[in-house]
Amino acid sequence: MVSFLDPTAESAPAQRVPLPKVASLAGKTIGLLDISKPRGDIFIDRLEEKLRQEGAEIRRYSKPTFTRIAPVTLKQTIAEECDLVIEALAD
Amino acid sequence: MPRYELIVKEACETCQLVVPVIQQLAQQIPLTIYSQDNPAFPDGLQVSDDTDLRRSWELKLEIVPTVIVHEDDGSVSRLEGWDKSAWETAFDATFDDALPARRPGCGARNQDPGMADKLALAFGRDRLHARRIDIADEEDEAEACFDRGWSDGLPVVPPTELRVLRMLNGTTRSPDEVIGEVPPDYPACTIEKIAINAVMAGCKPEYLPVVIAAVEAALKDEFCMHGLLATTYFSGPMIVVNGPVSRAIGMNSKGNALGQGNRANATIGRALQLVIRNVGGGRPGGVDRACLGNPGKYTFCFAEDETGSCWESLAVERGYEPEASTVTLFAADGVQGIVDQKSRTPESLCRSFAAGLRVVSHPKMVMAADAFLVVCPEHERVFREAGWSKQQVKDYLSELLMIPGAELIRGAGGIDEGVPEHLADKTLPKFREGGLNIVRAGGGAGMFSAVIGGWGASGKIGSVPVTHRIES
Repeated sequence: MVSFLDPTAESAPAQRVPLPKVASLAGKTIGLLDISKPRGDIFIDRLEEKLRQEGAEIRRYSKPTFTRIAPVTLKQTIAEECDLVIEALAD
Repeated sequence: MPRYELIVKEACETCQLVVPVIQQLAQQIPLTIYSQDNPAFPDGLQVSDDTDLRRSWELKLEIVPTVIVHEDDGSVSRLEGWDKSAWETAFDATFDDALPARRPGCGARNQDPGMADKLALAFGRDRLHARRIDIADEEDEAEACFDRGWSDGLPVVPPTELRVLRMLNGTTRSPDEVIGEVPPDYPACTIEKIAINAVMAGCKPEYLPVVIAAVEAALKDEFCMHGLLATTYFSGPMIVVNGPVSRAIGMNSKGNALGQGNRANATIGRALQLVIRNVGGGRPGGVDRACLGNPGKYTFCFAEDETGSCWESLAVERGYEPEASTVTLFAADGVQGIVDQKSRTPESLCRSFAAGLRVVSHPKMVMAADAFLVVCPEHERVFREAGWSKQQVKDYLSELLMIPGAELIRGAGGIDEGVPEHLADKTLPKFREGGLNIVRAGGGAGMFSAVIGGWGASGKIGSVPVTHRIES
């Protein structure tokens, strides 16, 4: 492992922190990304049902195949259209 | 009584030659002997083991044998190789007449190929206090720097310990020296932090003193770096380098001086911007509120072409001696060309310059932005042949740039922008007193000079150009 010398004023933690959690899902647009593994849709259907009860708006996406990473355009579309995204790993 | 250190290596014939001398001296005086390769050499004496070369590295040793003489008054001198009479004087002793008068020494082991980096890493690490950021094996080193927000948008050189240690060899200043507080967050900025950012910008160690001087200049109150960063205006810091350092490090002051392609020009300007970004925390969209910005905010640094000029340099005009090396910082916008291929008299050429200078910020704005006029050699020739000094040019430009208030007031020319109506009967100068600066740079062909307009807030309310000496 290599290490670099911090070029900053070191006022932020060295390790990146996760994005802040959202306080409420109401009114948020949530993307549900199906990676296209079998039965992923069943899991995501159930997630959608639960999230709608929380007041979230849902958009569904799927990768062309689970064997490849998501195409850039798909990632950009999700980033443009959604506040949050859940990637469902069902099998 | 002086104290002595002697560094030898067994593999050196000159060191072998002086063994009897060392044996004679060791009986009589406080002498610490270091051996670079064999702690049992010279035989029968108390020898300090320097096979790890720590002491040799600390002493920046070049030759064995070397004698270091520490005088009682604190002064230090060194003798390299064998010089019988010099050694006799230094030790106040007399040596065997059979010894030769002189023998050159051998290269010290700490100077062997590849050794400098190894020793710097082994013994120089303690000089570095910056936090270490571990990069996972799976991470691409260049991408890791982007991901952590350290880049201006272009790739940076990853700041490893070795690279930063090499960079610090470019200055005699201590890495932990604090040179000031960098806006907008105002943390203390050390020489080490500047060196780290200079590595990332792509600087060579020999550029570091220029970068340090540029940061010091930027931190002067009158330069107003905080406001310059925070403004919605276009400007960013431009660096003009004067003096022998600019030539020693190969800066470009000639063809394409304001353009790309010269490492020193490109990386020194970039290093200053990276210090503002990374140490100061000044980033676009954060405290940097520029509406459009300008490409010079990546880097904007060039040298004045002093050697061929008939005029005194910018630094000399600003009170420095011709042999001084300086940086001058200016809160600059982009470059606006002035094409004049017909003028052969100073009067005509000045009128062209004045017309170009008139439009800085806006043709109807006065005493707001300062400006730099970069005069190309073919234009300077016109003044040289007519015997015009730089001051004469400035004076005539100032005269030409006295503008009737009627042309400047709001509504004049069908343009709402302008000065208040009550100034209609006045005549107003385009630039504040001292607001117009002239430097000479550029290639030998082309009658193309340039205006570099400045930040709309100049003088006491904003930024003034700041000149600062470059120290080693």
